[in-house]
Amino acid sequence: MNIHEYQAKHLLQEYGVPVPRGYAATNSREVETALSHLGDEMIVVKAQIHAGGRGKGTFTDGYKGGVKVVKTPEAAREAANHMLDNTLVTAQTGPEGRKVQTLYLTEGCDIEHEYYLAIVLDRETAQSVIIASTEGGMDIEEVADKTPEKLIRVSVCPNMGLRSHQCRQVAFALGFKGDQVKQFAGILTGVYKMFWEKNAMLVEINPLVTDKDGNLSALDAKVSFDGNAIFQHPDIGQLRDLNEEDPKEIEASKHNLAYIALDGNIACMVNGAGLAMATMDIIQSFGGSPANFLDVGGGANEDQVTAAFKIILSDPNVKGILVNIFGGIMKCDVIANGIVAAAKNVDMTVPLVVRLEGTNVEAGKKILRESGVALTPADSLAQAAEIIVEQVQSHS
Amino acid sequence: MSILVNRDTRLVVQGITGKTGTFHTQQCIEYGTKVVAGVTPGKGGQMWEDKVPVCNTVAEAVKEHGANASVIYVPPAFAADSILEAIEADIPLVICITEGVPVRDMAEVRRRLEFNDTKTRLIGPNCPGIITPGECKIGIMPGYIHKPGRVGVISRSGTLTYEAVWQLTQRGHGQSTCIGIGGDPINGTSQLDAVRMLNEDPDTDAIIMIGEIGGSAEEEACAYIKENVKKPVAGFIAGASAPKGRTMGHAGAIVSASGAGTAEAKFAAMEDAGVSIARNPSEIADALLRIYKG
Repeated sequence: MNIHEYQAKHLLQEYGVPVPRGYAATNSREVETALSHLGDEMIVVKAQIHAGGRGKGTFTDGYKGGVKVVKTPEAAREAANHMLDNTLVTAQTGPEGRKVQTLYLTEGCDIEHEYYLAIVLDRETAQSVIIASTEGGMDIEEVADKTPEKLIRVSVCPNMGLRSHQCRQVAFALGFKGDQVKQFAGILTGVYKMFWEKNAMLVEINPLVTDKDGNLSALDAKVSFDGNAIFQHPDIGQLRDLNEEDPKEIEASKHNLAYIALDGNIACMVNGAGLAMATMDIIQSFGGSPANFLDVGGGANEDQVTAAFKIILSDPNVKGILVNIFGGIMKCDVIANGIVAAAKNVDMTVPLVVRLEGTNVEAGKKILRESGVALTPADSLAQAAEIIVEQVQSHS
Repeated sequence: MSILVNRDTRLVVQGITGKTGTFHTQQCIEYGTKVVAGVTPGKGGQMWEDKVPVCNTVAEAVKEHGANASVIYVPPAFAADSILEAIEADIPLVICITEGVPVRDMAEVRRRLEFNDTKTRLIGPNCPGIITPGECKIGIMPGYIHKPGRVGVISRSGTLTYEAVWQLTQRGHGQSTCIGIGGDPINGTSQLDAVRMLNEDPDTDAIIMIGEIGGSAEEEACAYIKENVKKPVAGFIAGASAPKGRTMGHAGAIVSASGAGTAEAKFAAMEDAGVSIARNPSEIADALLRIYKG
């Protein structure tokens, strides 16, 4: 689960990490309140969306930049008016962009140098890894690619936790001296504590900056949490912003369906995540394009299948549906009855191909054939994919 | 014969009195698995379904009933603790079916597994389990699709494994042991561990490895296969069509923003290791049968 920059910074602040003073605003009245707190100095206006590349982004009306550094409250007000409720397109949002519903107004900072600092959970070693670099402010993937020697990596054992010598190791590697070493150790300790206590998967500060006086602060932050652990942290759960999620995905999660919207036109409904991915793959290998990932789970019942059909059909791009179920413990005849009942329940406007395999498959196919529902049963996954791709292409 | 489980396996079910635990325990007993005990803290001394004694602790199940394998059906919040309890009780094999275990919990468990005095191999979490057809079924897979034989199957996914197994069975080829290693980013047994065990098993003649996008487990297994495995190996990777940066159902199935963990890279590693590749999921058994006649 991702959160906004302003939420990440508030959390970091709770863990003792210095961040520039800032205020979130969702309307012009809140913008005024923020400006009254910030005074007449340099002000930064930042669009809050769950996507990177904001500074270089462009709004759909042509206004450039989702991050503006301005010198007066008037200029800040003007930038805020341009951004609020406008749609920002960045390298990470896709062409449709993201509507900006929250701004973050912060005090400016005289930057001396930009650093990079992150902690991630590394799946291969099952340890947290601190990643740091003197090349902050830019895309870290690029640093890793072009100048890998400038990346500092230090693993932290989950059972030992972060140790002082590790903080010093990173601080010295980044070239900090004197009081900065102490400041940095405090920041890293806070970041690690937050990462570990809140079950984060990533905490990234980019850039971490030094100002003219040599003081450190976190200028931008990105944090994402382990969705499996949110139940342990109601405070983090409250930071979820539904505006940032696809409404179809929100609806799906209410029915315990794992659904991810994609940009193709052949929808699929499958039991099991691996098989669902493989079904998308086979649609693509026959020249089609999957409209979604959808795992109805091991014990898909009629209600879930009905909800799944409704979600799929609410996507206007969908021109055909492929249902692929391997009936194991859940028998094919039971599943077939569920599919038939669900199909009768919704207004099926596109071709439907159903492939069943597994326990009681013959009984299941018979139910499908005799149901009176307009669907094409298929004998194998390859055949099912071929039929639905062909049907969709001949209709368009 | 098989690896890890056989007709001598004596199973304890952690979470036996829950709905999931009860249902799948019944299925496993029907298949012929020896379930010697269950564990539900506070219900020690009771009998589950008049058949299986319930203990308060795993240690008690080991001491009183000689359990030598455990399966875990407890909710995600308590799964890591259940695994650790089984490790402390020196159970040689622990299979965690539970889906949704926090990754941080698994990082701690994995560290514990690496201790020198650990006697446990963990399979999972978020997996269908393990089966040696005709002898012992531990987990949630449908038993009847399997058939005793000499092909070993390893997979990160449940239903996709069933597909491959069903394809084999329908073509007359049985399985030695099928292991679902699970779809989470941090698990107990890797593709490499499973390939190594099947390679060393005299009763396994051929191997099917089913992977997914994300991580580098398949690449590591392929490096081992290239150097050490003479048995025919076929493979498939799910997720070639998945977009970067999105988790596809399984927490571990994600191509990172930097492009690590793609299906393409994994297929290339397989190719390099001489693995017979199925380009589509309905050809997994056929990919093996191209190089293995049984």
